[in-house]
Amino acid sequence: MSAVLAGLRQLRHYPSALIGMTIVLSLLLLALLTVLTIPYSEAIRMWRGGEGVWDENPELARPTWFQLFSARKLPQTIIVDTRQGGKEIANQPDGTRIVNASLRFEFPYDELPSEVGLWLSTTHKETQPFVMLRWLKPNGQEIAFEERTPQGKDRYFLSRDERLRERLKARSIEEALFYEGTGSNARLLRGTYELAVEGILFEPDADLDARLVVYGKVHGIAGTDAQRRDLGVALLWGTPIALTFGLLAAVGTTVFSLTISAVGTWFGGRLDAIIQRITEVNAMLPGLTLLVMIGMFYSRSLWVMLLAIILLSMFSLGIKTYRAIFLSLKEAPYIEAARAYGAGSLRIVFRYMIPRVIPMLIPAFVTAIPGFVFLEASLSILGLGDPDIPTWGKLLSDAYANEALFKGHYYWVLEPAVLLMLTGMSFAMSGFALDRMFNPRLRTA
Amino acid sequence: MHGGVSTAPLGVPPSRSALRETLSRVGTYTLRRVVVLLVTVVIGTYLAVLIANWGGEVDRMREAQCKEQAGMSLQADPLLQLLPPQERQRRYEQEVERCKTLQGLDRPFLQRSLEYLVDALTLSLGRANQLTSDSGSREVRNILLERLPATLLLFGTADLVLFFMAISLALFLSRQYGSFLDRVIVALAPTSTAPGWFYGIFLILIFAGLLHLLPFGGMVDIPPPTDTPAYATSVLRHLILPVAAIVIGSICLSIYSWRTFFLIYSSEDYVEMAKAKGLTSSMIQRRYILRPTLPPIITGFSFMLISLWQGAIILETVFNWPGLGRLLYSAIGSQDTPVIIGTVVIYGYLLALTVFVLDIVYALIDPRVKVGERGVGT
Repeated sequence: MSAVLAGLRQLRHYPSALIGMTIVLSLLLLALLTVLTIPYSEAIRMWRGGEGVWDENPELARPTWFQLFSARKLPQTIIVDTRQGGKEIANQPDGTRIVNASLRFEFPYDELPSEVGLWLSTTHKETQPFVMLRWLKPNGQEIAFEERTPQGKDRYFLSRDERLRERLKARSIEEALFYEGTGSNARLLRGTYELAVEGILFEPDADLDARLVVYGKVHGIAGTDAQRRDLGVALLWGTPIALTFGLLAAVGTTVFSLTISAVGTWFGGRLDAIIQRITEVNAMLPGLTLLVMIGMFYSRSLWVMLLAIILLSMFSLGIKTYRAIFLSLKEAPYIEAARAYGAGSLRIVFRYMIPRVIPMLIPAFVTAIPGFVFLEASLSILGLGDPDIPTWGKLLSDAYANEALFKGHYYWVLEPAVLLMLTGMSFAMSGFALDRMFNPRLRTA
Repeated sequence: MHGGVSTAPLGVPPSRSALRETLSRVGTYTLRRVVVLLVTVVIGTYLAVLIANWGGEVDRMREAQCKEQAGMSLQADPLLQLLPPQERQRRYEQEVERCKTLQGLDRPFLQRSLEYLVDALTLSLGRANQLTSDSGSREVRNILLERLPATLLLFGTADLVLFFMAISLALFLSRQYGSFLDRVIVALAPTSTAPGWFYGIFLILIFAGLLHLLPFGGMVDIPPPTDTPAYATSVLRHLILPVAAIVIGSICLSIYSWRTFFLIYSSEDYVEMAKAKGLTSSMIQRRYILRPTLPPIITGFSFMLISLWQGAIILETVFNWPGLGRLLYSAIGSQDTPVIIGTVVIYGYLLALTVFVLDIVYALIDPRVKVGERGVGT
């Protein structure tokens, strides 16, 4: 206990270790919070996306905090629904019924929304209702849309209606809907907009509801990708996954390397020589390409990859370092004492030799973690990331596949990159500082 | 292991027999390294064959090639076109069977895998499934060899820049121990845990995306300039960012660890002695500090290059550099097994060759190789 306290006191002299460990701890905390708040299955479901999961998110929206760097007020997503009220149904003498609803919303922003979409949902048996739509601008101008006869759930993306755009002679639907004037005099209108929905229902039990989504240009804390997915989910869940992956890979590699070199050194002779040769060969193998093949032909599962990485890196060059330590340990008096009372070889290796070097290896172990985190990202960029699990590497790879840098969606690249950087730097800083603490020979700065 | 103790004492001009002995020692050393490296390449390739064939992937690849050949030979012969469909189908199957026997698909796995090994080592992997070389060839060997120069250009440049920059900065800092710059480098050493491609992303963002100074990626402008100087300038412009990315990804740690090396050696007694003799500091650095530290530095550098080569795959992908890494990326995308195996093999060769070149450099600068290991120690 007192040794730990002394170690902690010593830590004060290494500001980089303090910074590094603080970041590591906050990342661990973030990971824990994520796992507790968003269940794993829920995260996977959300990340897989598909129909209905992210429909109301804007596409490629910047994170909300981007607003801080912009003088212009960027639009947020506005959703208005007839189910929130404002719907009137009137019975007609001919047995039909008329639905009147107005979807009204404030638009105070300085830029056009990214898209406008309308969901019409009806309950009818045979005859589809007939729906008329009118768009009212704050200046009183009115645009009539084509009549629709929705079947069940009707998704009408106004922004993609080419015929409407041609009829309105506008460059885009959004300009037609939100601008006043045309050509160079055009300007964005702020104020109250309204979409008037008038439907004729032909059946007594039929009903009609409308939901208008005016998609914004900023969304959430992290923005969205090209599939409207909230990047926040992947960024948050990427944390526990990156940490677990890095830690497990580092633990696995270190434990196996240690055991192999301890056994080799203890028994010596041919076994030791074989281990040495394997290490030399292994150091020159093109490991990443072999991993690529495993990913291609067997499984892209993160855990299969983890196993393969451990197998490929357990005969690492670390074995040479450990061997040097073990060789001198082998002759130590306490080992001789253990032998004298009749301890078996395995007992000596696992109870006397390995525990003795563990403290010496902690710095190397901590420094090894970021390498594995980046290795996962590398595999993801090559398209060999786990297809289900959201990781930072997957985000980078998606961004790359969508040419995010080229098209200027910098947030998409920067967010996972900064998190990777923080993880890498914090572990490396802690590891380097620990190394200087434990190995005074290198204490040169 | 090196055949006895050197008889010629140090400092005496080498006689004829001593020279012969040195040559034979360097020769033995080189031969030993060549054998180790070749064994490595063979093991790496055999692993690749095993991994690919455990899922039956190589067999499928061979079978598909047989079918393609049989189909083509059937189409090429106008006489066969006249035969009834059943007969043609029979002929086709016969041909496929014949080819499969020829390829050894009916023989036991161990034997087949050894044949594949030889084929893979000689890069005779047949045709690619989908990818083609720029000259239109579908031979895996042509595709691979066509991409090789681009990779060599990028990594050769980057490695040289990295080595000489790191070593001169490390020497410089070892004289300025404790200075502000020295502290900065020590503090920045952890940046080397991130691979080069990671910094590449930031470089692209800043220099291509925001400042529009340099291209986003690729190797030359499109369309490529026709005259040689313009072409060279264009390639050079495209080379800056990827080389910078590689250098940034490794330099701080290299400087830090080499500087520490130099510091340890510059407090040796013989260095003090040289100072006392009044030698210039540049001479002390060259002859008394660099000389004994270079061999371990070269060994370390050679292992660093191995990881750099592998990082190359992603770096080329990020920068759209038309080399082997980028080829592997497209091969993964189009599930092109022959090309993927070929890439593994060629990377194996590249790693071995890199290590070999550095081994030779090592032999040239490490006196222990020349005079025998025991000759120096005693």
